[in-house]
Parts: sequence; structure tokens; C-alpha cells
Amino acid sequence: MIRDPKDLQRYNASERANHWVVGMSFILLALSGLAFFHPAFYPLTQLFGGGVWARILHPFIGVLMAVSFASLFLRFKALNAMTPTDWEWVKRVKEMVDGDDHNMPEQGKYNGGQKLLFWALAVCVLLLAVSGILMWRAYFDFGVGLVRFGTVVHAAVAAFMIALILVHTYAAIWTKGTIRAMWYGTVTRAWAKQHHRAWYRQMTGK
Amino acid sequence: MALQSLDIKQRSATTTPTPQARQTVEIAKLIDVSSCIGCKACTVACMEWNDIREEVGTCSGVYDNPVNLSENAWTTMRFSEVEQNGKLEWLIRKDGCMHCSDPGCLKSCPAPGAIVQYANGIVDFHQENCIGCGYCVTGCPFNVPRISKTDSKAYKCTFCSDRIAVNQAPACAKACPTGAIQFGSKADMKDYAAKRIADLNERGFDKAGLYDPEGVGGTHVMYVLHHADKPSLYAGLPENPGISPLVSLWKGAAKPLATAALGLVALGSLFHYVMKGPNEVSKETEKEVEEEDKA
Repeated sequence: MIRDPKDLQRYNASERANHWVVGMSFILLALSGLAFFHPAFYPLTQLFGGGVWARILHPFIGVLMAVSFASLFLRFKALNAMTPTDWEWVKRVKEMVDGDDHNMPEQGKYNGGQKLLFWALAVCVLLLAVSGILMWRAYFDFGVGLVRFGTVVHAAVAAFMIALILVHTYAAIWTKGTIRAMWYGTVTRAWAKQHHRAWYRQMTGK
Repeated sequence: MALQSLDIKQRSATTTPTPQARQTVEIAKLIDVSSCIGCKACTVACMEWNDIREEVGTCSGVYDNPVNLSENAWTTMRFSEVEQNGKLEWLIRKDGCMHCSDPGCLKSCPAPGAIVQYANGIVDFHQENCIGCGYCVTGCPFNVPRISKTDSKAYKCTFCSDRIAVNQAPACAKACPTGAIQFGSKADMKDYAAKRIADLNERGFDKAGLYDPEGVGGTHVMYVLHHADKPSLYAGLPENPGISPLVSLWKGAAKPLATAALGLVALGSLFHYVMKGPNEVSKETEKEVEEEDKA
């Protein structure tokens, strides 16, 4: 069912599926990981069938996220190269946050903030995967010094990444008409023209 | 071991006070390395009382057997051949949990009640609450806890907490034929150690001393060492053990800070929406697009 045949396709089915695999595995990882991080979150282990199951499952879900994120990374990395216009956008992000996008520089498929988020997430996932392997005692046995270092990195990077994803999710909720791109791939032309004008012109030829 | 449920000083992953109605005297084991003959009666008594059996191993070329601590070997003798003052010395140290006053395992453990510390100083693992993550191994400054290969639970010396609860000495102390393992209140054990140290001083071991490291707040298993200035001679006993600063950061400041930061980001987003309103496509832009269609 197509509401408006002139809507613009932002993501194809396989891109959307890939994003959902990353997103779901991230949520499961954040919930189980927080449970091990602070006693206040320990009851979250119940969602996984108890503490032991949470401990068993967390690293496997981690592998799934690392692999699916790698796939997402390869798909989108070319589109996320920072340009001078992006840096200009980032410098003026305060205006954007204040809700006034009138003077923001024209953006392509992604704005400077989205691109920086993309690279920050890539670094986070890489660090989490490496430090996570150091902590995976069921299959690996590294020296205690390395494990301690990896544990601190894992906790710090995970907290940072959860914050990034909160911002990512909020930005999608805040910017009306965005979430449908994640569900069924399309956005309205007006949405594209307002938020990603260069991409709009590229897609429509106008 | 739920026998001592009224005198719990600390409980892992628990932020509210533990039941501490009953105050018990602080106890300790004193291992006088200078009078240990390496007979391993303590090792046998430990396995007997706790009903655990390490698999029969192979000779590693030295007397150490079991070669290492394991889920079934909660104590083992470590033999070191060292040269001191031009003479060969055979140092034998009974290795196992030190029952730290500031236990790195308990600090690291994410599972509520999987590790407890009793008022008497014993640090005990409650395997029914253990999730098998191995954080206790990461936190321990003495490399003591072991994760079982069969059930993924962490195990270590219990200080025979079941025996202590009914006024019995730990099995190892009970079995020791030379009195190298003494058991009593921590204060009494220090007094006893002072006498042993004075005796060793007289016999030419002028660096003899007590190993009760301050970095972990003192321990409830203490050693009398003939060379207290060089604990590492005794199969790598740490000179100055303490909870690693990395572990302290991870299970200390990082926990409230990161939790608060995440809460602020979430609340900040909510209030941003409430105060600034959504970022909607303007009517103007919608009209522009419609007009482009007509053109």
C-alpha cells in the first residue's frame, strides 16, 4: 500500500532489515549489560531468563551486533564522509537544537550530526567487540591485567554508546516523519526538502 | 551457607544495609610458613571436609600437586626453591583465599548475594546466586577464584564457614600436624605471630614478619614469613596487594556517574521535546512541494 507514489525511497528492504537486526541486538545488549553494571539494573536479567542466561546470551548477541553492524557500516560508510558543509552544520548545531533550522546549511542524505554519530558508533562497536572478547571467560582466557583494562573500556564505551543511541532515537522521534523511513523505507518529499535539501534535489532533479 | 545470616558485613551487588544484628569477633587463620613441612595434610583435610575431589593430575616436575587451585582444589601447597644468604631454602606456602577485609571479588560481583562477607571476616561464595561471569576473578588481587568447567560457578576456600558457624576450627588447621596453621581471633593470631617472629629473629631471620597486607584492609588468612621483606619469594605472593585501580574505577565512580549521565540524556531528550516542541515539516515547505507538482 503506497500512500503517495511520489514519496522518496530512503532505505531499501535489506538496509531496513539490517538496521533492525543491529537495533534489536543493541537493545538486548544494553539491557543485559546494564544488569551486570549496576545492581539497580540487575532485575533486567529476568527478561533473559535470569542472571545465568543473561551472562550466557550477552556475548553471543554481541557477536550478532558486531557482525550486523559491520554490514551496515560497509553499506553506508561512503555516504557518511564528512564534508566542509557538514562541519559548518555541526558548528551551528545549537540553532538546530533550539528548533530553528532556517539558516542551517543544505544537507545531503545525512547531516553532519548523523555522520559524526555514524563514525562514533563504528568506533564504539569495534572497541566493545574487542574488549568483550577479552571478558568472555567461557571461551577465552586472557591475562588478568588485560581483562581488567578491557572491562573498564567495555563499561565506559557501552555507557557512551547507550547515550549516543538515546540521542539517535530521540532525534528520530523529534524529527517528525523520520521513523517511517526505518519501518517501510520512504519519506515524503516535503520531509526531504526540509531536512536534506541536497538529497531532495538529487532524488527529484529539482 | 545460610547458617550465619544475622552477621553479614557486606553482600555483593547490594546497595542497602545487610542484616548485621549480631556482631561476632573477627577471626583469622595464621599460616606459619616457617613451620610448614609440606605434608599436604591440610590439602587432604580440605577435600575431605568439603567433599570435593580434584582429578588425579600428573607430576609437573616439582612437588606442587595439585599444580594449581581449581573448583575442586581450594587450597594447594606452592613449593619454591630459593637462594637466600648463600643458602638454599625450600619455601612452602599454602595458597588459597586470603579472605581480604576489602575483597576485590565482592566488589566486582554483579550478582546480588553471590558473595558475602561475614562480620567475622570470612568471604564466602554462594554458588546458588553465582551467574558465572568471572568478575570475581577479574577483581581478586591474589588470583584465587576459579570458574568451574562443568557448572560455570565460581569456587574458592570457604574458610570452612560451616565449621566456624558451630565453633569448630577450619579443617586445614585441625589437620596440620606441626601447628603451622593456627586458628583463632584475629587479635590472638597477631599475638601468636609476634611470638613466632621474635623466635625467628633470634634464629637469624631478622627480616621475619607478618603478612597482613594493608592494601586490602588486612586479611583473615595471614602468613608468618621468614623473609617478610620479599613476599614474592613465596611463589609470587604479591608485595603490595590491593584492588586494582581499574577495578575500583569500574565498580566505584563509573557506576553512579554513568547511570546519572544516561538518566540525564534520557530526561534531557524528554524535556527538550516538551520545551522546544517537535521538529516538523513546515507548512511552507509542504506548499512548495505541492506547487512544484503543479508546475
